[in-house]
Amino acid sequence: MATTATPQKVEEVITDALTQFGPERDEISREKTFEELDIDSLDLAELSQIIEDEFGVQLKGDDVGKIKTVGDAVDLVVSRAA
Amino acid sequence: MRQVVVTGVGAVSPLGVGARTLYERWRAGTSGIEDGLGPASEFEPREHFSVKEARRADRFTQFALVAAAEALNEAGWEGELPYDATRIATVIGTGIGGIGTLEHGKEILIEQGAKKVPPLSIPLMMSNAAPAAISMRHGLQGPCHGIVSACSGGADAIGAAKRIILAGEADAVVTGGSEAALTPLSKAAFAALDALSTSGISRPFDARRDGFVMGEGAGILILEDSEAAAARGVKPLAILRGYGASADAYHITAPDKDGGGPARAMTTALGDAGLTIDDVDYINAHGTSTQLNDRAETFAIKLALGERAGKIPVSSLKSAIGHLLGAAGAVEAVATILALRDRVAPPTLGYEEPEEGLDLDYVPQRARQLEINGGPAVALSNSFGFGGHNAVLCLEAP
Repeated sequence: MATTATPQKVEEVITDALTQFGPERDEISREKTFEELDIDSLDLAELSQIIEDEFGVQLKGDDVGKIKTVGDAVDLVVSRAA
Repeated sequence: MRQVVVTGVGAVSPLGVGARTLYERWRAGTSGIEDGLGPASEFEPREHFSVKEARRADRFTQFALVAAAEALNEAGWEGELPYDATRIATVIGTGIGGIGTLEHGKEILIEQGAKKVPPLSIPLMMSNAAPAAISMRHGLQGPCHGIVSACSGGADAIGAAKRIILAGEADAVVTGGSEAALTPLSKAAFAALDALSTSGISRPFDARRDGFVMGEGAGILILEDSEAAAARGVKPLAILRGYGASADAYHITAPDKDGGGPARAMTTALGDAGLTIDDVDYINAHGTSTQLNDRAETFAIKLALGERAGKIPVSSLKSAIGHLLGAAGAVEAVATILALRDRVAPPTLGYEEPEEGLDLDYVPQRARQLEINGGPAVALSNSFGFGGHNAVLCLEAP
């Protein structure tokens, strides 16, 4: 059973995932771009797996191309889960 | 005359992190083998890599990156590259590449399903990951590839690198070999082949030898065009005089008993070096501690060097660190260079009981000073691999 995708929960899951990829927790905020956090396409492929596992939301290649910031990713997951 | 010189060396091995550490501990008779394995136990990824760097590199690539950084530092490349980036090549050998990553991915596939397989699996496991990572880290834009020839991969990579320089395609090459195969599958598979020592002791050429001990690590050499190196005022550590390679065309794992293939590689390496058997002061043996290799290699040395064979000290680094597979030839080249500079034949540890027919001077137990009258010191470094690959380097130290 997938976790309910509240904005708060999604941000928490994404932040936890990103910290595994390299950035420090206190660097990460909704406004930060993935580029600023040195998060590249390989990291986003891994993030997509984590999101699908947690919330049952599939992010396709097109989606990943559109999201620029942490906030974009959170909003997309929340809207898809709704 | 244009030659290929070695201007820096680096190593990660069961004897520690660092080329000098490797050589000095071997010379002193220290063993890096614990419980029948040769792990690079002093290697701590966190001392060398950020979280991101570490998770983007299989252990075999991590070893290569650390050894390359040491070698580049010695060659005086830190900061600015000494040549146009497009004129610097990267050629690294491996036996199996990122097998730890492969096994991890397979476990996830079986236990959790295809959708959970990490996206990093392929870029980490591919056998060219180490040269790719080195080229990216240092901005080296010349030819860049891996060399795959099992346990002769490290030596074959160094030989290929020499040719790239002599062909005029690069001014310098970062080269060597790397391996991190102390994994459940590869340990079980080598054991199934009856290749591993059941006693857990690596004692090459000794009558009691019963197989090889697996080790892990990397050896990296910086090769430069001798004229280019001289122009930038660098004193080389050594000259890579020659390289010879051959195939047994005999059996997928067993060496040809008469040693013909390895002997041809030794003869070719000497010919490439423009030297003769009388010039050879030391042989760094492949010396795996298997019944078949050590016997065939002894015959090969006799075949190639004739009556000189019995007068040349022959020792095996594998007695101290085990068999580093695709890294072996490179780590052994690094140790050989440092030994030649000191005019030392490091020991074959654990060698006590001779076997009939295995009657070369194996430098038992203790390092010995080489007898060289004034001139440069010359060594052959042998590497042979499953598949019948034979690769021999001829090295000279001033």
